[in-house]
Amino acid sequence: MGLLSDPNRRRALISMLTRLNAPICMLCYCAGVCWFMGLAFEPFTLRTYMSENAMGSTMVEERFPAGERALATAREFAAHKKKVGGMPVDWLVKTMQARGLEVFTQSFSRVLPFPDENKERYIVKGTNVYGILRAPRAPRTEALVLSAPCSPGDNNNQAVGLLLGLAHYFRNQIYWAKDIIFLVNEHDLIGMQAWLEGYHHTNTTGMKWTPLQGRGGSIQAALSLELSSDVITSLDIVLEGLNGQLPNLDLANLFYAFCQKIGVLCTIQGRLQRNDWDSVSGYSHAVQTMMLMVMKQASGRPWGDHGLFLRYHIEAATISGINSFRQYKTDLTTTGRLVEGMYRKLNNLLERLHQSYFFYLMPSLTHFVSIGYYMPAFGLLAVILLLRALDLWVQLVAPPARTEDGIAEIEQQSSPGVRSVLTPLIISHLTGAALYLMPVHFQEMAVEHFPVSETEAVVLTAIAVYTAGLALPHNTHRLVSGEGTEQGWRVLKLVAVLYLAVLLGCTALINFSLGFILALTMVPVAAFVTPDVPKVLSAIVFVILSPACTLLFSVFLFQELQDMPVSLQDGWMLYISVISQGILDHYLFGSLVYPLIALMVYPCWLLFWNILFWK
Amino acid sequence: MAAHRCSYLAWLVFIFSLSGILVADGQETTLSGDHLVSAVENPQTDAETEKRAAEEPAVEERRWEATRAADAAEENQEFPASVATVLSSTPQLKDDFQEELVIRPLHSGDIYASFHFRTLWETDFMKGNKVSHYRLFPKSLGQVISKFSVRELHISFTQGYWRTMQWGQPYLPSPPGAELWVWFQDTVTDVDATWKELTNVLSGIFCASLNFIDSTNTVQPSASFKPLGIANVTDHRFLRYATLPREIVCTENLTPWKKLLPCGSKAGLAVLLKSEKLFHSSFHSQAVHIRPMCQDSQCKTPSWELRQTLNVVFDLHTSGQGKQEWSLFKMFSRTLTEACPLASSSKIYIDITDNPQEEQFELIPATPLLRQAVVLGDRRTFSVYDLTQQVTFGTVRSLNLLIRWKSTEGHMLRPLLHAERYVAGYGLQTGEIHTLMYNNHPFRSFSVLLLDSVPWYLRLYIHTLTVTSKGKDNKPSYIHYQPSKDRIRPHLLEMLVQLPPHSVTEVTVQFERALLKWTEYTPDPNHGFYVGSSVISALVPSTVAMDTNNTQERTLFSSFFPCKEESSYFVRVYTEPLLVNLPTPDFSMPYNVICLTCTVVAVGYGSLYNLLTRSFQVEEPNPGLAKRIANIIRKMRGVPPL
Repeated sequence: MGLLSDPNRRRALISMLTRLNAPICMLCYCAGVCWFMGLAFEPFTLRTYMSENAMGSTMVEERFPAGERALATAREFAAHKKKVGGMPVDWLVKTMQARGLEVFTQSFSRVLPFPDENKERYIVKGTNVYGILRAPRAPRTEALVLSAPCSPGDNNNQAVGLLLGLAHYFRNQIYWAKDIIFLVNEHDLIGMQAWLEGYHHTNTTGMKWTPLQGRGGSIQAALSLELSSDVITSLDIVLEGLNGQLPNLDLANLFYAFCQKIGVLCTIQGRLQRNDWDSVSGYSHAVQTMMLMVMKQASGRPWGDHGLFLRYHIEAATISGINSFRQYKTDLTTTGRLVEGMYRKLNNLLERLHQSYFFYLMPSLTHFVSIGYYMPAFGLLAVILLLRALDLWVQLVAPPARTEDGIAEIEQQSSPGVRSVLTPLIISHLTGAALYLMPVHFQEMAVEHFPVSETEAVVLTAIAVYTAGLALPHNTHRLVSGEGTEQGWRVLKLVAVLYLAVLLGCTALINFSLGFILALTMVPVAAFVTPDVPKVLSAIVFVILSPACTLLFSVFLFQELQDMPVSLQDGWMLYISVISQGILDHYLFGSLVYPLIALMVYPCWLLFWNILFWK
Repeated sequence: MAAHRCSYLAWLVFIFSLSGILVADGQETTLSGDHLVSAVENPQTDAETEKRAAEEPAVEERRWEATRAADAAEENQEFPASVATVLSSTPQLKDDFQEELVIRPLHSGDIYASFHFRTLWETDFMKGNKVSHYRLFPKSLGQVISKFSVRELHISFTQGYWRTMQWGQPYLPSPPGAELWVWFQDTVTDVDATWKELTNVLSGIFCASLNFIDSTNTVQPSASFKPLGIANVTDHRFLRYATLPREIVCTENLTPWKKLLPCGSKAGLAVLLKSEKLFHSSFHSQAVHIRPMCQDSQCKTPSWELRQTLNVVFDLHTSGQGKQEWSLFKMFSRTLTEACPLASSSKIYIDITDNPQEEQFELIPATPLLRQAVVLGDRRTFSVYDLTQQVTFGTVRSLNLLIRWKSTEGHMLRPLLHAERYVAGYGLQTGEIHTLMYNNHPFRSFSVLLLDSVPWYLRLYIHTLTVTSKGKDNKPSYIHYQPSKDRIRPHLLEMLVQLPPHSVTEVTVQFERALLKWTEYTPDPNHGFYVGSSVISALVPSTVAMDTNNTQERTLFSSFFPCKEESSYFVRVYTEPLLVNLPTPDFSMPYNVICLTCTVVAVGYGSLYNLLTRSFQVEEPNPGLAKRIANIIRKMRGVPPL
């Protein structure tokens, strides 16, 4: 700061920053990317450890004996499911009652804004069944939730069987201090959303549900089970929730600790942790695991039933069983013991999980990167925008000529400049609003005029509006002030750069992954755009680095990382379904990624597009 | 019964006159003479009453089953004499102790056991006379009453929540945690100070955290809590009500409670009160109620009633696996061998209303004695075991009651009134408290008094208060609202709401979560903050008319709340307490926070402030000495300086 209060040195610093602006920006960009890649390198990360004392040192002995019985229940459940052709509500109610739970049901219905082709549903009607195990001598103030979705087909029968088996076993124990809610939800996330909204009596998405009859107080933690085979080889934990929210890291630690104790293979992102961090393949394994987490988090969608709990400040995770071609298999008794152990530890909690991190990335289940380590990667990218803004600012306030005439000229120029900035700003935001509103509201019109299904209509409308936006708003400033001035685009770029910096900064605070991926593609565009660069070439680069193409690349990259590469044709189909899912997530669960892209990021990008075509 | 009483009195008067003492006039002398006589003629009268007592059930019994009644009468014949000899040793004082255990098998297969102990003492703590001789009445409580001029005192400690929908109504309701409400005499000048002192004293007596009761959780309900004993004061300035929903009840509270009993836990029903079993249950509640009572129908002599109750529900699933069987030993790990020698009556009642033909459960040993009582608007039938009679204990000289379930089918009537409460919404800024009140009566509506006491750190938006039933706005006919004052007193909201038949009435009010000062957080702030149960008091319509004035002859567990209106009975329902999370700073890194804040303030703010407020100019080099002198000269000449 002493540097800044000395005018001479300040001048020197500023002139250096202006002179070396481009190299510094390049350097920052490279440093940011390198920093990010370094996060997966094991010596740079921290080992996970249990922060919560209530779960750390207390001893718990797991005794769940009834895996075979749970399997029998699962088969019975499957038979009833097949007979009813959906969720066997009556059977579930009766079975839960027989296990000594207080049983309640909740029915819900929802008309999707447009048909969901992935899951083949449009008008959704269903029933959730849940049973509450009342803890002895507890005043109904705290609860834990164990849920299993009732999926179509033969999926997840074992999860429901295990849930009922655990309910039976838990009921006979005396140590419970919190009520335990066993929930079987229909239509996976929609049912879960209905139940959570009913439990908290809120309505954020316009769903219809019947009010809940029984409650257990404030929910402290939740686990969702997904098991589709009698034996499993490993257990996978899914953490990414709605809008990129993550549960407290202690929940993952708890899962890991019990997997170690019981001797079950455990994975995150479906990947085991490896010990050879110093080899190239070991490092790339960690990078891939972390990249998968980053991409899942950036998508902002709930990656399991647990994802919707996080909005209500309930720590939740999904545990899914994986049956692959490994030698060593784990039966349902062992899985049950694992869940039992986790619940007994959660039962010991005196406070909500709050000791450990809420913002983290995991290159493996044993290592994590906390917010303090990953934020510099984003900060290095964001500082480019600030440097460019400083550069522009200096160019604007320090006129090239020091004559009296020159100053008058600038004043003359800057007053129309306000309008020439405002017009593109408004027009691009209107385009953004169109992108947000039109796909869903004009789907009927689209279906009438074109031979496409509703879902395709929505996605194609979105793409059409997006493309139309490229043609529409550039040169808009001419509507107001005729020929675009040199000063005009500088002011516009200054505004746009600062806007982008604030936008990405806020996004990265809430959802680091989304902010980082957007920054990775948009910052170079924002930094180096001027009207003077070669038009065609830069336009191509521009389009390639636009948010929509970023999404396209992400889809391919994600498939690649999951070891399921797709062809171009399939990739395009996947791309369309991803867009439709994104829009659906927004309407069904209140995911914020779609409105963020449509209303903020896309207009911001259009401003830079506008600058490119300024002259 | 009234006829019995008259003949008894007449008989006494007859003996009285025979012994040659003049009866001058009026009731007072009769009363004073009464115990004189009883002291003299005690063996005889006692024998008489015993005989009568023995006959009375037999008479009742004959109304039920003729064959067994004869046996019972025969059996009972031999007892009066032996019991009379036991009792003759105790001098007839003006105090009396009774004990009862009521066992109600619940439809869920669980067992509800309710202990009632009553000490009645014909004395007056108030009239300035210093009471120093205590016999049955515990001295610690007697001193409290006289020192703090307490008119009525009700205190309960509860661990667990009474599940009305599964278990029906309890005999004595109580909210989770500790509840204390006290009516003071109108002679008390500074009620708040007395209350503060009283809570501290009680805290010591019961080993509980009652000292945490202060002005921030004390309210003065205007209508919900009326005196239950004789009282001519109903000015609610003398009433204080407080709950501690977080209070955890354990053995340390049970031991002092047991010590208040005349027999301690040495004899009588209290031997069953073993903490290792009592706290191995679904619900545990213990209470102490002190109130002034009428000794007779004219209410000439006041007496003080100390009633100690303990309710416990044992869980079928966690203890009795497979074979569904309950016994005293299984429940309490003790059997009964004798009554408390100081007790005038000691009985066990088993509720067999739903089991007239023993199709649901079987009672071993069977008892011929039956008794009817009206409990909570319902006429119930009880099997009676009288512990003062040796025959009850049989040849093994110990009583181990056994209940063997035959079928668990049976359907419980939905309780006419129940309520629940929850917090709606998410996030740490606002929320909404929902209170649901269910009227399950098919055709009658009734009004309820809802009392809500909400701590100040939930700032209620009282303009958002809505009361709806059946989708329509339901305007409360009476609202008493006292807004909170930060750190001084809680919100108090009392409403009289009419519940339409067969309906759910929903009361909602929004609140804002306050940000506390950092010293005001509890040591575990992320656990959340408790909001005490709301209290719903109602006169619920009943099909059974109650007789109102004959208080002496009713069973203890049915006669607590006075009830005047014939077609309805009094019920108090407590909702769940709430656990609300408040915005909480991250206490785990104060050091980081302090370091960061200090750095930012010292470096960042200071310099930035300098940069913004000062203007920087390039300093001219210092003029030489010659130039300065020249300038001074020029100034004196009036020429501008160089």
